[in-house]
Formats: sequence, structure tokens, C-alpha cells
Amino acid sequence: MSDLRSGDLVRCFVGGSELKGTYITSRDGMAVLKMDSGYNIGVFPGDCTLIERPPPVKPEREEVIQDPSLPMLSIVSTGGTIASRIDYRTGAVTSQFDASDILRAIPGLSAIARYRTRKLYTILSENMTPSIWQELARAVYDEIKGGARGVIVTHGTDTMAYSAAALSFMLDTPVPVVFVGSQRSADRPSSDNVMNALCSASVAVGDLGEVAVVMHGTTSDDRCAIHRGTRVRKMHTSRRDAFQSIGVSPLGYVDYPSLKVTLSPGTRGRGACEPAIHDRLEPACGLLYFSPGMSPDMLSAYSGLKGVVIAGSGLGHVSTSLIPAIRELVNEGTLVVMTSQCLHGRVCDRVYDTGRDLIRAGVVEGEDMLPETALVKLMWVLGNEPDSQRARRMMQENLKGEYTRRSLHGV
Amino acid sequence: MEYERLGLVAGIEIHQQLNTSEKLFCRCPTELRPFEAHNGEFFRYLRATESELGEIDRAAREEMKNLRKFRYYTYDSTCLVENDEEPPAPLNPEALAICLQIAKMCGMTPIPQVHTMRKLVIDGSNTSGFQRTALVAVNGTLPNGGAIETICLEEEAAQRVKDEVFSLDRLGIPLVEITTSPCMRSPEEVQEIAEYLGMVLRSTGKVKRGLGTIRQDVNISIREGARVEIKGVQELDLIAEVVRREVQRQQRLLSIRQRLRERGASVSRAPQDVTALFSHSGSKILMKASRIMAVTLAGFAGLVGEEIQAGRRLGSELSDYAKKCGVGGIFHTDELPAYGVTAEEVSALRAEVGAADADCVVLVAGDTRQVECACQQVILRAEHALEGVPEETRKMLEGGSTSYMRPLPGAARMYPETDVLPVPVTSEFWEEIPRVELLNAKAERFRREHGLDAAVARQMAYSEHVMLFQRAVDLGISATLAARTLIATLKELSRDGLDVRPLLADRDREGVPVLPEVLQVLLGVKDARVGKEAVPDVLRRIIQGESPESAMQAVESTAAGADLEALARSIVRERMPFVREKGMEALGPLMGVMMKEVRGAVDGRKVSQVLKAALSEALGEK
Ligand SMILES: [Zn+2]
Repeated sequence: MSDLRSGDLVRCFVGGSELKGTYITSRDGMAVLKMDSGYNIGVFPGDCTLIERPPPVKPEREEVIQDPSLPMLSIVSTGGTIASRIDYRTGAVTSQFDASDILRAIPGLSAIARYRTRKLYTILSENMTPSIWQELARAVYDEIKGGARGVIVTHGTDTMAYSAAALSFMLDTPVPVVFVGSQRSADRPSSDNVMNALCSASVAVGDLGEVAVVMHGTTSDDRCAIHRGTRVRKMHTSRRDAFQSIGVSPLGYVDYPSLKVTLSPGTRGRGACEPAIHDRLEPACGLLYFSPGMSPDMLSAYSGLKGVVIAGSGLGHVSTSLIPAIRELVNEGTLVVMTSQCLHGRVCDRVYDTGRDLIRAGVVEGEDMLPETALVKLMWVLGNEPDSQRARRMMQENLKGEYTRRSLHGV
Repeated sequence: MEYERLGLVAGIEIHQQLNTSEKLFCRCPTELRPFEAHNGEFFRYLRATESELGEIDRAAREEMKNLRKFRYYTYDSTCLVENDEEPPAPLNPEALAICLQIAKMCGMTPIPQVHTMRKLVIDGSNTSGFQRTALVAVNGTLPNGGAIETICLEEEAAQRVKDEVFSLDRLGIPLVEITTSPCMRSPEEVQEIAEYLGMVLRSTGKVKRGLGTIRQDVNISIREGARVEIKGVQELDLIAEVVRREVQRQQRLLSIRQRLRERGASVSRAPQDVTALFSHSGSKILMKASRIMAVTLAGFAGLVGEEIQAGRRLGSELSDYAKKCGVGGIFHTDELPAYGVTAEEVSALRAEVGAADADCVVLVAGDTRQVECACQQVILRAEHALEGVPEETRKMLEGGSTSYMRPLPGAARMYPETDVLPVPVTSEFWEEIPRVELLNAKAERFRREHGLDAAVARQMAYSEHVMLFQRAVDLGISATLAARTLIATLKELSRDGLDVRPLLADRDREGVPVLPEVLQVLLGVKDARVGKEAVPDVLRRIIQGESPESAMQAVESTAAGADLEALARSIVRERMPFVREKGMEALGPLMGVMMKEVRGAVDGRKVSQVLKAALSEALGEK
């Protein structure tokens, strides 16, 4: 049994019944077989014997010819799947990264643009790191310099908002840099991958000049929303419309299936700047989520960091008992920025005593920045601005739309 | 044997909904809702890849490859799992246990580790585009010596509201699918096996009942015919008829093939545009159409209009194929002139396309895309007619005839449902699954143990109230009385428009277990607190709001007041010589007679009192 290989034709005894099937893999100590009916079953490995080993089947692939009159888009993949193929013989689902494979899986893309692809990483987005953000920023910058009309970054959804924020700060881009992914796996006929991919390509050839996330706008397949990279957050574990712009309206929408792109006034347009990259980041930063009764000892783990973002309660508070430890952090030279767990609304540490104490302790009010965006910004600011006073000030300035001076009604 | 001579081979697939408290992969109730109760809706497009479309010509494939938009109704009793917006919960253990129990009753072998698969279904009935299904056991036996090949546990599909609108209440209800081997040789045998399997399923007491909760698919072929799968036979009584009609259809199609070959018929002519011919037609359909094409079937005249099954002709089959492209149907010259098409138009048509008298001309009308697709479909089906019987999936029509649905699917396209962990079925777990008594065995036992009449015993065993019956006899209640009450009395009350369900509830409103009211009343009879004849009245009063206690008292006081006295008088009167001889000493023996008459339904002291009064009355008269 131990020498069975995937694809082997095997015979197996279950109870008194003899079954034949294709050996797929071993799982939890059981041999997984695929029956002719298509069903997988798990059987005891010792009950299986090899009948024959069929020659491996090479999947047929034909190159897709792209329309040379269309604009060139670059697809940089980091691990998020926008296309996959199912091998019904083995049940294996494989992600597709090559342009031909993607176009075969999502034929509609070929009407929008030509594509070149660059596979940077194939990792789960929870395994992203600031150094990968930097590598990603350089790759995207190269693509822009290389003449791409727009860049699509495929990304796992868990930490997509962090990466989008990171690229927002690191890049000045004259073309759309569009993050896209899927909330429901690309193998299913109902997956959001096709619509998200088509909408993101439509945005990527359009008039935008900034880093954005393009994902489903509602649970229906009616339109995608275009979110600013610094204001977007994943707000649901599994829904298609998990990504939402917080505290601002989306940059626009893409109707489906017409793929008509509508940008809101105030978005940065294509060609508004020369491409530039500022890819330094200070990785020694942390995000602290306050909870009632939190021990000041917890903060000792943050000691020595160059910057800390606190997600405080309400207007931006922590318990009075934490304030001495925070003061100590600041005195040691850590830049501490206050944001709110409320996510919606602005931090204001001048209303209550604990807030005023925090300001006196040297904490910077993070205005209406999202905690995660504030963290990424802090890494970028500390990586690029050696002067601590100027760095403090930059944290309270609007660099890439991460911060609004006015909290508007109705968003 | 007629059918044996024809080489009839049939097998069945039974789909039965399970009556679990939660769905197979989420925690929603397994309850159907009225469509009006939906609290929201959303829509999706399902993406078909080429391989999912099966064997259909290119034009039709293009048509189907268009974005298909489906709308879904949501309810307060459905959740994000049905919306395909949340990963599935683990496989419902209650459903698996029921499935294993059925497997055990069929002598099957369980799969040691059960894997949930995704089976692609892109007709919109599953929001995800696939149906989750797991093979649970294999190799069972049937009373006719045939085999049950597999039993699978799968999720029920969403219910179609209309066209491309679906209701999510049904999606995810656990379903067992039992597949037999092709081991049946006559329509009656198919019916018997279907009935037997239905009985086995109901024996668990854990399957849903009522229309639509069980569906049979039948696979049929005859010698030189082809395998045809007929979907969704809901009425068990119709199965044999469905088989008979399919055998007939295949025979007639073979006979048509024979004659087509003799005539040298062919389907080689390209479709011709005849739009101009009908610009002033009396047929609304043709008038409205932007494009009309004609397909000339050489040598087909008379055969397209020939009946192959009650209410179905070869033309109906051509029409079914054409409809897949979105046209409303077809016209053919075997049925023309009719439908507003005149004899002159038919002659002009024949002249235009150069059709001979032996040819049949088929007309297809609609927009260009639809019409071109539909012509190809008509040609495809006509070519099949030259070959004989095409392999198809068909759906049952009222009465037992069938219409074409789609080509027979190839091997189901399945791949693992990675969001659901495999479930081990250990030998200990399997041993612990109780083997339940089959309903036919139960009926026999009721007859034997409780002295029920065979018909009543069967009715009781198959009744949904069988558990209440069992409980009643365990409480010492007369089996005959319990059976009569649970079958006849409840039916009568329901017929009078009364809701009998509260009488049967074994929990009160707070969910605390209680003795169902119907059993409280039957116990009242056993304890002689109320006469058995009074049971319908007592139940009626309870339904109308009285407590069992007061209902029994009320009935007893009226019945026992008036009727008991009348009974006592008649007993005394019938035995006057004896009474005259014994005087008041007749009381003892007459008590025995009287108690037998009231069957212990009335308190002995009361009987004695009334009887004594009747005796003195009679003796006084003397
Ligand atoms: Zn649910």
C-alpha cells in the first residue's frame, strides 16, 4: 500500500464488498479512493491492492491569442486565486497563474485587455510580511515603469487591506493598481472571482490613478465597489461584499455585467503623477488592541518598538491604569498613535480625563484612520522620516487619503 | 412474459428527505415556507464551463454559455450557508445516523471514512453551483434478489418558484439517495421495489412525509433501445405506468426507425430561411417572429406526427430539443394546415424548400440566434430518429408520459468538498446503530400481539401515529381502541375541520415533555373514567379548548347520567324471568353483564347504583 501513487487503479475490500477505484491520496491514516461514480471514499490502506498504474494524463492546453490592439495590463499574483481548474479525474483544484490559463478560465478578460503575468508569491495572505509588501511594491513599480496600462494584484482577502494600504504609501502611481481576490473559492460556478476579475480589469484600464481594492459591492452579482487602499477594511469573514470603505464613500463602482466604471469626483485620475517608489518600512511597529482590565505588563511586550498603534475604546481611550506604561513607552522613544476600535468616527482625546492624560503622556491622536492603516502608515513614516517631530506631524497629515479632515454625514 | 421478451431492464433511484431538526450543512430548520414569507432576495450568475454542458450542439452551447442569472428568495429560516456566503457546518450527525440506519436495514456495508463531494449542478437550484453529496454505504440486497448499489447522503436543492427564481427554504434539507442495480424486468416489479424501499425508509420514523418529500427516478431500457432516465416521479402509484409508457415509446421509436430506413430517409438538407413566406400569416407566432427557418426532413412525412406515447409524437421530441434554444416550439407539415397556417402557405412552403410529398418540413420561428440554434437541435433529434432511441434524461408529465430534459449526463463531475472534514464510521459506531423493525414486520406483530385485524394492523404500522400507538399499548390501553382512535377518530375530526395536532403533542408550549392529550383520554377510558364511545366527543371538546379532565367529566356526566340508566333498564327488561326469580339478588349477576356492556368505562359503584334503581323499578312494577 505504501507505494501507491496518485492515479493508481486499485482494488479494495470494504466489509465483504470488493470496490475498484483510483487512489488519490492518504488522509488521517486512510487511503482516499475515487470511485467511477465520482465519489471519494476513505478506506483502510491495508485493504487496498494495486491493479495497474495508468500512464499519467497530460492536461491539454492551448495558448490563448491575445488581441494586440488592446491595452496591456499586468497581473501580479501573490497567492489569491482569481482562476482555478478542476481535474475531475482526481478532484484536484489547481490555481492558475499563467495568462493563458487565466484567460481560458475567465474568457471575458480577453475582451478588456492584453495581459502579462508575474507570479511573485503563492502564499496565504495571513503569511504576508512587511518585507513582502516591499517586494510587491517594487514588482508593481517595475510593471508600471515597464509600460503596463494598469496593474492587477491578486491577493488573499484576509490581509488584502494591509497590503493595499502599504502599496498606497510606498507608491506614487499614475495608473490604477487594483487589488482583487475572491471570498468564495474560484472552483465553484458561483464564485465571485469572475465578476471581481472582470471588474478589476475594467478599473485597471480606466481613469483611476491610485491603489484600490475592487471586490463585490453587495451579496448579489450586481456591481463591484472600488475602495481606496487606505480606507478599506474586510468587515465580514465570508460574505462576497466583505470589503467596505470605512468613513468615506467608495471611489466608485463597476456595474456588472456591463462593466461600466463610474468614478466618484475627488478620485485621483490617471497620469496625475510620475511613478515613484519609497519602499522603506520600519518593521518594528505593533498594534495593541485594548480591553478592559488589561494588565500594564502586556505593554512590556511592546517596549523597544519604534511605533505602536493603539486601538482604543470609544473616542480613543485605554484604562487609567495603562497610562503610566504608555507614558514610559513614549519616553523610551516609541511613537504611539491612538485609533478607535469603533472603526467609524474620529479619535478625540480632549473630551474625557483619560484622553487628556493620554495626550499629556505624548500619544498622537490618529484622527479617523483605521487602526490597520495607521499601523502600516506608521511603519512607512518611521521608515522614511528620521526626525521624530516631523514623523509625529506626518501621522496627523493626510498622505494617501487615509485620513479625512471632516467627518461627513451619511458615509 | 411480454416485457422479458422485449428485454426490459430497469433500475430506480429514490430520493427521500429526512426529518432532521437541522439541515445537512447548516443549523437552519428543515421546514418549507410559503413563498410569500420570504424576507429578501438576491441574484447571482452561475458560470458554466464547457465540460458541464454535456452533449449538445455548438449553437445551443453558445446559448447556454450566456450569463445565466438566478434570483433567490431568503427567509428568516435560512442563513448565509444557503446563500453560499458562509462555509458549511460539519456534516449533520443526526442525518448521517439515519442514513446509516437505512443502510443497515438494507444489509449494506458502510464506507469506513465518509467524504463529502461537490457535484456540479448549474441549473440554478444550488446557489453554489454544486450539490454536496457523500457516499455512505454500498452493496445492499432487495427482496427480488437484486442489489442496492449505493446509498448517499446529499443536500436537497432549492425549490423553483418560477423560471429562474428559486426559494432557499428547501436547499440543504438532508436527502438520502438509494440507487438500485438495473435488476427489474417488469413495470410491476419496479413498482414493488419502489414500494418496498419506501416502506424501509418510513420504517425509520425519521423521514419526511407528504408530496414532494420522496422522488423516484427510473432508468429504463429495452433491447435495441437506449438507457433513459426519467426524473421526479412523485406518485408511487404511477411508476409502473411510467415504465409501461417508456417501453411503448422506445418500441414506437424503433418502429419509426425501421420505416425511416426502409424509406431511405435522411437529414442532410441545410435549414432554409422562409421568413418572407409568412409575412402576412394568420399565425401570430409566425407573424411576430423576426426569423423563420425551415428544416426539411427527407422521407419523414407522416412519421413526425405519429404518436409514440399518450399525448406525445415524434414532433413533440423535436419540439423539446428546439425549446432548449429559447424558441416556443415548432410547427411541422404533418400537423399543418392548423394554428392559423393555411393550406396555401403550406404548399408555398413545400414549393419554396423543394420538399417532396414524402418529406416533412419543420418550421422554427424566433429571433435569428434562437432559430439557428433551434434548427441544429431539430436536425440533431431527427438524426437520432434514424439511429433509434437517444440516451436521455426525461421528466415525467402528468399521467406518466415524459418529455425531454437533457442528454444523459456523463460521469458526474465531482470533486472534494474541502470545507467539510471526512467523517469516520468506526465499527463501534456502526454496531451501535439500532436496526429498526420494518413496517411490514411491525404490522404482522401488531396483528399477532395485539389481535388487530390485518388491515388495521397494517394501517397502524404505516401510520405517522405509530409511535403514539406503541406508547398507548405500553400504557395498557386497548390496542383496538388506540388504533381506532389514532386512525379513524383523528381522521373524522380532521375532516370536520378541526386541528388535531395539539392532541398529539408530547411537549407543552414551554417544551416540557407531557403525556399527549389523546393518550390522557385513552387512559381515562382504561381507568373507566369515561366510556370508549365518548372518546370522539371528549377529543372534540379538548380541541375546542377544554382541558382533558373537564372534557371527560362533562361527557361522563351526560353519558353516564342518561344512557347508563337506559342501559340498566334494558338489561333488566331483557332478563325479567331471571329478575323475577331472584329479586334483588339478581344485582350481582346483572352487574357482570352491565360492566361487560360498558366495558369497564364507568365506575363500578355508579353502575351498581343505577342497576339497583332499575331493579327496584322493575320489581316495583311487578
Ligand atoms: Zn442555513
